[in-house]
Amino acid sequence: MAVSVADNPVLHIERLGKRFGSLRAVDELSLEVRAGEFVVLLGPNGAGKTTLFQMLTGLFAPDHGTALIAGNDIRRHGTAALAALGVVFQQPTADRDRSVLANLRFHARLHGMPASRRETRIAEALDAVGLTDRARDRLGTLSGGNQRRVEVARALLHEPKLLLMDEASVGLDPASRADLLQRVLDQCRHRGLACLWATHLVDEASEADRVVVMDAGRIIADASPERLQDQARSTTLADAFIALTRDKPAMRMSA
Amino acid sequence: MSPSHTLQAFAAISAREFERFVHQRGRLLSSLVRPLLWLAVFAAGFQNVFGVSIVPPYQTYVTYQVYVLPGLAGMILLFQGMQSSLSMVYDREMGMMRLLLTAPLPRWYLLLAKLTAGTLLSTAQVYGFLLVAWLLGVSFPALGWLTILPALVLGGLMLGALGLLLSVYIRQLENFAGTMNFVIFPMFFMSSALYPLWRLQESAAEPVYQLATFNPFTQVVELIRFAAYGQVNEVAVAAVLGWLVIFFATAVWGYDPQRGLMRRVRPAA
Repeated sequence: MAVSVADNPVLHIERLGKRFGSLRAVDELSLEVRAGEFVVLLGPNGAGKTTLFQMLTGLFAPDHGTALIAGNDIRRHGTAALAALGVVFQQPTADRDRSVLANLRFHARLHGMPASRRETRIAEALDAVGLTDRARDRLGTLSGGNQRRVEVARALLHEPKLLLMDEASVGLDPASRADLLQRVLDQCRHRGLACLWATHLVDEASEADRVVVMDAGRIIADASPERLQDQARSTTLADAFIALTRDKPAMRMSA
Repeated sequence: MSPSHTLQAFAAISAREFERFVHQRGRLLSSLVRPLLWLAVFAAGFQNVFGVSIVPPYQTYVTYQVYVLPGLAGMILLFQGMQSSLSMVYDREMGMMRLLLTAPLPRWYLLLAKLTAGTLLSTAQVYGFLLVAWLLGVSFPALGWLTILPALVLGGLMLGALGLLLSVYIRQLENFAGTMNFVIFPMFFMSSALYPLWRLQESAAEPVYQLATFNPFTQVVELIRFAAYGQVNEVAVAAVLGWLVIFFATAVWGYDPQRGLMRRVRPAA
């Protein structure tokens, strides 16, 4: 049964900014993502997508602005915000020397999941990504696509309200990319999970509820894929993206 | 942060550290062989060259092997502390650090859990070494096996905290060789681990004597040495506690994205 998009935003970002020296990596960025919504953050390399995710996960502090995850301010209530967040980073972050099961158990315990619930949730998460039969295998023996699926299972384990996918499909073959995308979409459609999926691959945006185009640290468009094409007067989403980012603004440098 | 959550996280971090240590057979072996080489080869060869007079806590002349035993126990803590630093850098390169730092627990607690897990490992290694040394006929009073435990834990925490602090600065595994040259060796050789410090004064090496006295590792060695004979060296306890607070607080500050040293590094956009 499909879940409808809720009114209250799971992610609320207002005028968030981060600068490195004179470079404004994220510039006055405001954005909302609601429960059940699958939002693609589309931008070329260097647009500031990863910097935004680093701030949302508490790895870097914003210079200004606010970000709330499930109503928790990432600065003032960082641990509560992180508890509501599942993340798949651009670079692999799993222990390749340990089994799939050991990796998931490690994560479950870091999130304080009760022992009685832990094994059930691990079984459910592995089932959701179709890797039940590989649970006892060493992670390093799995293909790149399956390792990514383990990271998705891990990100979903503690039942987050918001899933951040930071170019998680990079390096995967087309079939694995499509599979990963579909599994995450299922979680949004059927579980009410909010997802912010960062990518520079336009084809991953076609099924999104909204496409947020980011360039040079700023949001330059935010609409459904169809509306985005209309706005850019393009016949395909790829053309719309190129049209929107063609006159790429120079990286914003502070005076 | 419920008590159950914190305990679970600590157990998970400790289990992973322990598992990694057991699987790294070379590391397991070298943690035992390194101090034993010093004890069985170096100390045996030099015992007639290095005369050791009666200095506290000793109440009689002791053999050179007996004198260096606490220093070698300290050496295990020092290497394990630096190993923790290496482990942090490795985790950062492999991406595991991101996973750890995005867990819903205060950052200081996650670092403390890592530090404590490393200390438990190093304490177990020291006892393994002391057991083999005892089989070789080198030991201290029986009660000392119990009384050194708090000294080993405190010393291990302090040297582990130093390792944590270094991991803020060491950006790549390749840079670890520098840590060996500029941290481990000077700290070890410029301490009371291998010779009593009065020997430096006797040799008119006053600047080296001052540095050796100031060296946090000297305080760890003296803490262990006195504890092995059921005594408390108050100066060493205070110094080790002080260094522990300074190193750990600075490491936590360094890992804090709001204020710390990590913010100097720009991520990929």
